[in-house]
Amino acid sequence: MNIVVEIKNLHKTFGQNVVLKGVDLTVNRGEVISIIGSSGSGKSTFLRCINMLEWPTSGEIFYNGENVLKSGYDITKYRAKMGMVFQSFNLFQNLTVLENCVVGQVKVGKKNKVEAEKVALKYLEKVGMAPYINAKPHHLSGGQKQRVAIARALSMEPDALLFDEPTSALDPEMVGEVLKVIKDLAQTGLTMIIVTHEMAFAKEVSDRVAYMADGVMVEMDVPEVIFESPKNERTKQFLSRFIGV
Amino acid sequence: MEKTFYDWVVYIIENYGVWFLKGAGVTLLIALTGTIIGSIFGLLIGIIKTIPLSNHVGRFSPKRIGLKLVNILLTIYIEVFRGTPMIVQAIVIYYGIAEAWGINWDPIVAGIFIVSINTGAYMSEVVRGGIQSVDKGQTEAAHAIGMTHWQTMLHVVLPQTIRNILPATGNEFVINIKDTAVLNVITVTELFFMTKSVSGAIYKTYEPFLVAASIYLFLTLVITRILRYVEKRMDGPSSYTIFGSSTMPEQILKRGEQIV
Repeated sequence: MNIVVEIKNLHKTFGQNVVLKGVDLTVNRGEVISIIGSSGSGKSTFLRCINMLEWPTSGEIFYNGENVLKSGYDITKYRAKMGMVFQSFNLFQNLTVLENCVVGQVKVGKKNKVEAEKVALKYLEKVGMAPYINAKPHHLSGGQKQRVAIARALSMEPDALLFDEPTSALDPEMVGEVLKVIKDLAQTGLTMIIVTHEMAFAKEVSDRVAYMADGVMVEMDVPEVIFESPKNERTKQFLSRFIGV
Repeated sequence: MEKTFYDWVVYIIENYGVWFLKGAGVTLLIALTGTIIGSIFGLLIGIIKTIPLSNHVGRFSPKRIGLKLVNILLTIYIEVFRGTPMIVQAIVIYYGIAEAWGINWDPIVAGIFIVSINTGAYMSEVVRGGIQSVDKGQTEAAHAIGMTHWQTMLHVVLPQTIRNILPATGNEFVINIKDTAVLNVITVTELFFMTKSVSGAIYKTYEPFLVAASIYLFLTLVITRILRYVEKRMDGPSSYTIFGSSTMPEQILKRGEQIV
C-alpha cells in the first residue's frame, strides 16, 4: 500500500466548541479527495489540522509510519511536505512572484538559489504565471495570486497538496482559471485534498468525495455514488440544494 | 543708534553663527544615533514581546517562566520611561550614574544613552503593533511551507513590519530633534544650550531663540522629506515587466536574476 498520510480519530475543540469529533482519513498516493459540506461543518479545520496549522486536541496523524503528533517530532519538515493553498492566497507581500516560490526552497529546503529558481520557474510556467516573476502580489488579480500560491506550494515538491476553498475568495470570472490549474495537476498524479463548494468540480476531479457535517465524516465514496446515489440521508439533503451538478 | 530686530539677527548670525551650527550638529548627532539605537532596541523588544508560546509548552516549563519574567521586566522598562519626563530621567541618570560609579561621563554620550532608551520604550510598542498588524495569513503561509517561527519573522513578518513602522520611526526622529533641547540640563552642548549661551553673551533673549527655532524647523522639514522619499523607495516600482510568452525560460530567469 502506498499511503501518504493516515489520520485516525482526530478531535479538535476550540474552548467549549467541539469542531472535530473523531475524523479518520487515509490518503493514498496519487489520490484526489474532495471534502464537501456546509460552512461550520469542520472541513476547513480538518484540513488545517492535517498540516498542523491547528494543533489537534487528540488523535493520530501517521506520515511515513510515524505519528507526527507525538512530542519531539519535527513538524516543520512534515509541513514542508504537506503543501497548503489558502482561500485568501496569503502570498508573501514583501516578495516578488519568483521570490515567493524560492524562499521556502532556499530557507527550508536548503537548496541553492539558482536551482531553486529553476524549480520555481518550472511550476510558475505550469500555472501560467512565468511572465509575472517580477511582479509583487499587490500587482496581481485574485486568480493570478492563487495560481502563484499553487506554484509556491508545488515548488516545495510536496507529497500532498491541501486546498482550503481555493476559489471561494475569487471573482466568478477568475474561478475557472484556478480550477483548470487544479484539474491539470490532478492529471499529473499529484495527491490532493480539496475542501470546496464547487460541486461540479469536485465531481469531475475527485477519486473520492467526503461529505462532512457537525465534525464527522458522514459519508465518503467515489463521486458517482456521493452525487448520484448517496447512502446517507444527510448527504442526500445537503446535495438536494445542488441539483443539476 | 538703537539696533533694530533685523540688525540683531544679522549681528547674531555673523558673530555667533558657528555656535548655532555646532549646537545643531550635536542636536542632529544625538537625535539620529538615539533614534537608530532606540529603534533597534524597540525592534528587539517588540520581537521578544510577540514570541508565541504554543499550548504544548508546559505551564511551568522553564521556557514559559523565563519568557514571562523577561516580559515583566520589559513592561516595567516601557512604563517607567514612557511615564516620566525625559528631562527628569536625564538628571537622574546622568548625575546618578556619575555619583554611583564616580565616573565623569561625556554629556553627549549620556544624551545619546537617554534618548536611545526613551525611543526604545516608545518604539517597542510601535513595533509590537507593527508585527501584530501583519496579516495572520502571512505567518500561516510561512508555517505551511515549513518555516520555523524565526525564519517566518526574518523573511516574512519583519520586512513588512519595518515598512509599516517607518512613518512612526520618522515621527520619533522629529520628536527627538526637538526633545534633545531638554538635555541642556546635563550640559549637553546641543542647539538649545548653545542658544542660551549666545543669549547670555549678548543680553538678548527672543532674537537668538528665534534663530534657533528656524534651525529646528529647517532640520525637521528636511528630515521629513528625506523619510518620505525613503518610504517611496521601499515600496518599490509601481509597475513591473511582463515577459513575452515566446521568451525562453532561461532568458526569463536570467533577466529575472538581474531584477530580483
